[in-house]
Amino acid sequence: MGKGRRIQLQILLAALLAASGRAAAESAAAPAQVTFLPHWIPQAQFAGYYLAVDQGIYARHGLAVTVLEGGPRRPVEKALPAGEVTFASHFLSAALALRDGGAPLVHLAQLSQRSALLLVARRAQGIRSLRDLDGCKVSVWPSFTLQPEALFREAGLHVRILKQGPTINLFLRGGVDAASAMWYNEYHLLLNAGLNADELTVFRYDDCGLNFPEDGIFTRADTWRTQPDVCRRFVAATLEGWQYAFAHREAALDATLRRADAAGTGTNRAHQRWMLDRMYDLFLPAQPERYGRLQRADYDRVAQAMRTAGLLRAAPAFEEFHVPALP
Amino acid sequence: MCPRCLEWLRSPLTVRLALLVLVSTGLIFAAGALYTHHVARGLLLREVQANTRNLARQTVCQIDAVLQSVQPEPTLLAQCLTAQGPPERTELDRLLRALVAANPHIYGSTAAFEAESCAPYYYRPGSGPIAFSDLASEQYDYRAQDWYTVPKELDRPSWSEPYFDAGGGETWMVTYSVPFYRERDGRRVFAGVVTADVQLDHLSRFVADLKLYRSGYAFLLSRSGQYLSYPERAYIFRESIFSRAEEDGDPAKRELGRRMIHGEEGSVRVPSRHLGRMSWLYFAPVAASGWSVGIQFAEDEVLAGLRAMNHTLLAIGAGGFGLLLLAVILVASRVTRPIRQLAQQTREIAKGNLDLRIPELRTRDEVGDLTHSFENMRVALKEYIANLAHTTAAKERIESELKIAHAIQRNFLPKRFPPFPDKRQFDLYADLQAAREVGGDLYDFFLLDDGHLFFSIGDVAGKGVPAALFMAVSKTLIKGVAEQHRLPSQVLDKVNYELAQENEELMFVTVLCGVLELATGRVQYTNAGHLPPLRLRPGQGAAWVDLPPGLLLGVDPDSRYATRTLTLAPGETLLLYTDGVTEAMNAQQALFGADRLRALAAQLAAADPQVLVAGVIAAVLQYSGGTAAPAGPIEQSDDITLLALRYRGPPPDAEPGRSA
Repeated sequence: MGKGRRIQLQILLAALLAASGRAAAESAAAPAQVTFLPHWIPQAQFAGYYLAVDQGIYARHGLAVTVLEGGPRRPVEKALPAGEVTFASHFLSAALALRDGGAPLVHLAQLSQRSALLLVARRAQGIRSLRDLDGCKVSVWPSFTLQPEALFREAGLHVRILKQGPTINLFLRGGVDAASAMWYNEYHLLLNAGLNADELTVFRYDDCGLNFPEDGIFTRADTWRTQPDVCRRFVAATLEGWQYAFAHREAALDATLRRADAAGTGTNRAHQRWMLDRMYDLFLPAQPERYGRLQRADYDRVAQAMRTAGLLRAAPAFEEFHVPALP
Repeated sequence: MCPRCLEWLRSPLTVRLALLVLVSTGLIFAAGALYTHHVARGLLLREVQANTRNLARQTVCQIDAVLQSVQPEPTLLAQCLTAQGPPERTELDRLLRALVAANPHIYGSTAAFEAESCAPYYYRPGSGPIAFSDLASEQYDYRAQDWYTVPKELDRPSWSEPYFDAGGGETWMVTYSVPFYRERDGRRVFAGVVTADVQLDHLSRFVADLKLYRSGYAFLLSRSGQYLSYPERAYIFRESIFSRAEEDGDPAKRELGRRMIHGEEGSVRVPSRHLGRMSWLYFAPVAASGWSVGIQFAEDEVLAGLRAMNHTLLAIGAGGFGLLLLAVILVASRVTRPIRQLAQQTREIAKGNLDLRIPELRTRDEVGDLTHSFENMRVALKEYIANLAHTTAAKERIESELKIAHAIQRNFLPKRFPPFPDKRQFDLYADLQAAREVGGDLYDFFLLDDGHLFFSIGDVAGKGVPAALFMAVSKTLIKGVAEQHRLPSQVLDKVNYELAQENEELMFVTVLCGVLELATGRVQYTNAGHLPPLRLRPGQGAAWVDLPPGLLLGVDPDSRYATRTLTLAPGETLLLYTDGVTEAMNAQQALFGADRLRALAAQLAAADPQVLVAGVIAAVLQYSGGTAAPAGPIEQSDDITLLALRYRGPPPDAEPGRSA
């Protein structure tokens, strides 16, 4: 991290703290009871939220936050529109699709600035470039078809797309030639299944003009309308929690592993460390002033791609979707 | 050589000996012990490795046996389904239930169909009766499960990775899936899979139960390196060998993991985090499922027996060293004690105390010899010194006797020359070169009256003080008698008588004496066993003077001597001498000889008596010493005495006829 960038970060943090201090003073009497649902099982992808709770950052902002256990059995797609939870994290594209389906969601903050989605293949099978994928079997998660399909369409590749399950075993066993992987998760699982990085060919969607930012924080439109202050404090405290997590990674790993063990996800520290490190790479790219903010260009790119793919009938206006929860 | 070594070399013999023996023995012992350790360690490790290999293979066989035993039933059912198409649902249920019941290793089984949503699952939760579960639910989505997709895409039966079957069997298991097919438009189309599940506990207990030595353990890795069994329960289903390698920063472990999951068999020496020390790992693959069994044990536990042996060996060695040290010190001090004593005694002896007796040693070794030699040397030295003192004393006595003898000889002979400066009728010169041991030569001359000169020369047979005394007596007698009796023969008769009387010492003396009548040159002479004199006539050489016979003085009191007469012309010289001249010897033991004397005298016939005497003496001394051997001049063995008398004729104013 450059010195200039660090100073900028500090300024940003100071501003956030000032805002939160004011907010805390306003609501010192009774902390607002809110719930947060991560969009996947307990892992370092959500370490910032855990530390904001554990370190009392939410409390300092006058919030009593309950972080719920996410995962396939409690999908955000159902819980948030139904009003079962106050806040939730999700992929930008998924949230747009939900809203298009009638769920009244608004976007509060955009943590991930880069797409972590990859396509991995074995070099030993002769796959070195995109062209080599032509005619191959590629497994794709059903909820992440947008980028792969756009890529194959644009590159004019004819591939046989298979539905990718919850594990990477089909790829490991050679059942498919290429598989989807999250940089922070499945890619590392492949490395820790004994594959070396130089044995893999990796295609990054953000390198292919398909940089769809992922993890964002969402709430229902009515929550934003009735409790904008709570929403702002939640966003500010969450960003602070993430800053704390990046500055105290071992504490972040402890907090994560405690929750992962409670949920019985069967992970390990090495994997969570990798994931936390990648979160830093995804959340804080070159421009720190963008930390937590959604860029109009990114939004437009995702919306346009979704419309083209027929996943979106009409994109909402940027200002309508992305509400000013950050100062 | 280093100073420390020098210092060591100077240290006492006992210390050096002890150190030398101990160091050499220690080196031999250490080399032996090291070699034994090395060989024993190799043997032990090879033995243990062989045992471990057998153990690993046995475990692999046990796991494989279970896996293999599970495979026939689903295979058979899949073949049936392919051949006969899907049966009635009730028939399918009956077949699946029978499949589970038939094999106690099978935990559950299903036939999952591709086309229609159908996956009845029969399993035995706990140890209870066979239960049913429908996997064709929205949450489960069996078509996305590994056990379904992998055999489908690989188009062959396969064992799944271990997984927790949430929503299905609700336990950790592995599944053997066999695809079945159906005909459509003459093509074989994938129609679903038949599965048989095996509970993971069922397999991992073979590994978990394995114990080796005190803390040795076995572990089981899945195809992707995940720990399926490990002594630390927290690792199981959570960590993989690769995640541990990453967390421990241990690339070698990652490489080992790759070898293991790639189906290799082998053994490595690796540090074990679990055991906290160096360990040996033997690994072997489970062919059917692609797993790997690892057996790991601490090296030091295997080598514990060896270590115990080493300790015993070390203790024995230490004890042995102690004994050896004692023995060496004992022997060394016993060996060196006589040497030390000897050194002390010889120091005393060196100070001069030769009476110190060196005790005889009973031992018959080199030290005993040395002591004996030292004692001999001491005795010899003492004797030598005693002898030396004795000899020195004797020598001193002889020296003083000689001094006395010399003094007698010197004091009794006239030494003033010319003796009678107012007598112009003759010249006389005599000299006696005394030998170191006084020879007893004598000469004398005196005036009997104004016109007669008595002269004599003699040689006592014998040496030293007795000879000197005898000489003194003889000379005194001759002088005394000569003053009463003018005729030389009468003088000798008388002197002989006196000497022969009570001559208990049996000393003898030769004497040649005569009287010169100054006015005429007539010489009356007599002889008692002496050598004939030479008569030198200038221009006519030298001639022997005839002597009357006569026995030595002192032999027979009744001996009688005769007087003869000759007349010297003016310028003629009589040369009298003793046998010290003619019997002088050179280095080759050759005598100077009478002829050589006569020749020499002839050359010097015209010379003054003093020159003549000096010349002869010089020649004799040169003869006896001049050709001396390198050892130095031969000491003169007898007195050399010469007396030369030259008649110069009567003075012009002399009154003839005054002589008797």
